[in-house]
Amino acid sequence: MKVSYYPGCTLRTKAKQLDLYARKSAEALGITMEEIENWQCCGGVFTTAKDEIATKLSSVRALSEAAKKEQILVTVCSACHNVIKQTNHAMQNDADFAMHVNRYMAPESYDGSARVLHYLEMLRDVVGFDTLKEKVVNPLSGKKIAAYYGCLLLRPGQTMQMDDVENPTILEDFIRALGAEPVIYAQRNECCGGYVAMEDPASAQKKSKKVLDSAASHGAEIVVTACPLCRYNLEKNGESDLPVVYFTELLAEALGVKEG
Amino acid sequence: MENNTNRMKEQILRTSGVNPLKCMRCGKCSGTCPAYDEMEYHPHEFVYMVERGDIEPLLKSESLYKCLSCFACVDRCPRDVEPAKLVEAVRLMVIRQQGQNHLKPDQIPEMLDDELPQQAIVSALRKYAK
Ligand code: SF4
Ligand code: SF4
Repeated sequence: MKVSYYPGCTLRTKAKQLDLYARKSAEALGITMEEIENWQCCGGVFTTAKDEIATKLSSVRALSEAAKKEQILVTVCSACHNVIKQTNHAMQNDADFAMHVNRYMAPESYDGSARVLHYLEMLRDVVGFDTLKEKVVNPLSGKKIAAYYGCLLLRPGQTMQMDDVENPTILEDFIRALGAEPVIYAQRNECCGGYVAMEDPASAQKKSKKVLDSAASHGAEIVVTACPLCRYNLEKNGESDLPVVYFTELLAEALGVKEG
Repeated sequence: MENNTNRMKEQILRTSGVNPLKCMRCGKCSGTCPAYDEMEYHPHEFVYMVERGDIEPLLKSESLYKCLSCFACVDRCPRDVEPAKLVEAVRLMVIRQQGQNHLKPDQIPEMLDDELPQQAIVSALRKYAK
């Protein structure tokens, strides 16, 4: 099966492992990720203002490309996923916004019909975690892994429709499918400090440290994330030796497609 | 003056789509806000200050740039008020004015380190500048 793929700026630069292992693992699972041609950066954060139009056009163009090919649009980065899914939701539910957008898109127009999935949703809803489990050749047995959702992956819940925002299970089920043991801890869906780290690192330190302390106190050996900025903050500002990895690295390892 | 305040309030309500009258002042949004310590005005204060038309102090406040856009206050508000959308609308009211960008591109190099992902830079520019 083929899906449209939106990598985003960071997966091409600082987060190459997130991208490379997502593609390799997808191939191993029988899915080809076709990169959207000439995609443009999503902007990293969704602007909730109803009168912000131009900042959302890069997302609309990606959505429109996927819709034309009648393919699911898959993203791997939590932030791209958040921006593109929220934009699609606005195209579907805010007629005034959609009208303004389509004035930029003319002579084409986009009707909100694309389906956006995060790679983790693709594993759960298209591949199935049971099938994934069968394809694992190198189970991560005995590893205690803490899933870090952060803020962007799940929120706002009404729009993202990915999982229960307060009691999510998708990453824990993913960890189980790979043969490892998920660690549940209080701070798993609290923010790492995000982009504020650039201007106010002390703010990000406080938040990231809380997350890692909470994971460590529950016996985590590894923390897993889908977001390059979460990873940066946890590693740089978390004041802890706990390793932080991308979920695609664990996936590729378990599927036996990670070299070295 | 009175008129100008009303206009600003209307603009903020229109941009955000928020109805502050739905708020029951429970404080849950501020209780859950991870940027609480850094913010001078907290999410519930944004709600009632906009409602009262007390907008000038918000326009001047550093709180606009301490909000993480984490949407915790949006998902955890029992009345669906969505305070983060007000913070965003007030911030836009400031940075949409000429010369009022909070972050300028020439400030960025000194904030960089080898690991900082591009995502952080584009996000900060989107939140802090027009
Ligand atoms: S979105 Fe901003 S105001 Fe709301 S909880 Fe997060 S940091 Fe606080
Ligand atoms: S959580 Fe909602 S209802 Fe409670 S104070 Fe905040 S905005 Fe008002």
